[in-house]
Amino acid sequence: MAAPLSVEVEFGGGAELLFDGVKKHQVTLPGQEEPWDIRNLLVWIKKNLLKERPELFIQGDSVRPGILVLINDADWELLGELDYQLQDQDSVLFISTLHGG
Amino acid sequence: MCQVGEDYGEPAPREPPPAPRPSREHKCVKCKEAQPVVVIRAGDAFCRDCFKAFYIHKFRAMLGKNRLIFPGEKVLLAWSGGPSSSSMVRQVLEGLSQDSAKRLRFVPGVIFIDEGAACGRSPEERAKTLAEVKPILQAIGFPWHVVALEEVFSLPPSVLRCSSQEPAAPDGAYKAAVDNFLQQQHVLGAGGGPGLAHGEEPLPQPRAQSAWDLQSLVRPPAAAQTEALSHLFCSVRTLTAKEELLQTLRVHLILHVARAHGYSKVMTGDSCTRLAIKLMTNLALGRGAFLAWDTGFSDERHGDVVVVRPMREHTLKEVAFYNRLFSVPSVFTPAVDTKAPEKASIHRLMEAFILRLQIQFPSTVSTVYRTSEKLAKAPRDGPAAGTCGPRCLLCMCTLDVDTADSATAFGVQTASHLSQIQSPTPLTETGTPQGLCCSPGGASRREDPQACIAEQLCYGCRVNMKDLPSLEPLPPYILAEAQLRTQRAWVLAELRDCLIEDSEDEVGQS
Repeated sequence: MAAPLSVEVEFGGGAELLFDGVKKHQVTLPGQEEPWDIRNLLVWIKKNLLKERPELFIQGDSVRPGILVLINDADWELLGELDYQLQDQDSVLFISTLHGG
Repeated sequence: MCQVGEDYGEPAPREPPPAPRPSREHKCVKCKEAQPVVVIRAGDAFCRDCFKAFYIHKFRAMLGKNRLIFPGEKVLLAWSGGPSSSSMVRQVLEGLSQDSAKRLRFVPGVIFIDEGAACGRSPEERAKTLAEVKPILQAIGFPWHVVALEEVFSLPPSVLRCSSQEPAAPDGAYKAAVDNFLQQQHVLGAGGGPGLAHGEEPLPQPRAQSAWDLQSLVRPPAAAQTEALSHLFCSVRTLTAKEELLQTLRVHLILHVARAHGYSKVMTGDSCTRLAIKLMTNLALGRGAFLAWDTGFSDERHGDVVVVRPMREHTLKEVAFYNRLFSVPSVFTPAVDTKAPEKASIHRLMEAFILRLQIQFPSTVSTVYRTSEKLAKAPRDGPAAGTCGPRCLLCMCTLDVDTADSATAFGVQTASHLSQIQSPTPLTETGTPQGLCCSPGGASRREDPQACIAEQLCYGCRVNMKDLPSLEPLPPYILAEAQLRTQRAWVLAELRDCLIEDSEDEVGQS
């Protein structure tokens, strides 16, 4: 049983438009059986934060191509991408590099 | 032999060993010491400092390699507020503040175009964006130009004329210019100028500061023009054509501002990723003939003002990381295609296609981009035609259409267009060039500006303009120039007719 986590989720490059224009979200992820990884986090974001057009943010079980993910200001490719296990107080940033956000 | 066999047999399991994925355990590929923060170029992990050095070097190398920008030359930086152009402005800033040997030596200015009206934004939203733009421009400290896209309605038709000036300068000229510049600097330096970046340009600097008041210089566009512009964009039937039209008008406006203020180069922030997408998009749009101009490092189609793309080796990922790690400010402004679904336009579709492919094949973007590098600019009539042949009214490329060749897609298009305009009234036969020369007056010509404009467009622009139900809402400078060109063509044809008749008479007499 993983304890609840407090993480900062941030959106940039226009991705924030899908989240009511709010860039920074301080969120608390509830405790659950499995540990929280980015894969779970995306599902949680889709359910709890995403306001419209989920297909412009999430495709399949990952982010849409063209959206970069930074975990604590480092490339998620260095940290195992979807399998990265979130720690308390982590910050996860999604930057859209797509035209028009 | 045995050993070789063993070696061969052992480490070759059914699946190839997974490529060593960069991870936090590995060190930066450059310094081999620091912890990496970003993965670029298919698997190379860089630490923060090495990434910065790599990024800056790439920018400088791009300018150094091409030797296009002369010392002391005025360069207009086209800043949209987006990540790439913001990063470009930062690179120029850093370049100007470096010590003498490596210092960039041109004189920059920044232009920001407020495209709010084309994207259907309210005056309040646009004012908000401008309020974000203002402190950034202020911090940059270059002379700046904030222009509303509505200004296209006051452009002169001459914007569409190519000033045929020798744009290319041989290598020797560049070296001479640098030497000359350095000598001047030496003299100036003896006088003791403290601020290197700013001291050099005493003229534009005070002007920029005194005019800084947004109210005084950035006058809000006239409501009628805003209305006209949004009417124009609303009338365009497809998002693809809207995007293309916006690009066209934007280029014309930048060109005008550059000429009006004596800038001979314009720098745009097109990244490698964007250019790869643009290359494929333009192919799909029927602009294949102009790929080298549309995506190359330098674009000399306008003659006196050359567009350069110094960010063309930076991927969007690099740009995004650089801007984040080194806090480069940018302004997010919604574009015409913001929140549009993936299949809303050819631009969007191609972007999604390339980026998806890039995930599976990490060298997609660079492969497409390298292709663009290899394209040569010789027009089809040989390099000599690079001077001034007939140009497309909108994109100003040498016309790629062949009126005689009715078997091409273009021929089919003209034919369909003709049949359309022939049916309503017999008068409009004058839509063809031949018809025009024989037409007695200009009255019928004015009645069908649609056809007379279409004649002056390249294939890609023609296809695009088909999505405009009427050309009436286009800014006046386009319509005026089109009419001027038609008249000129008509006079020329008349003259030619006379000449031919004369020579025939002579032949008959002799």
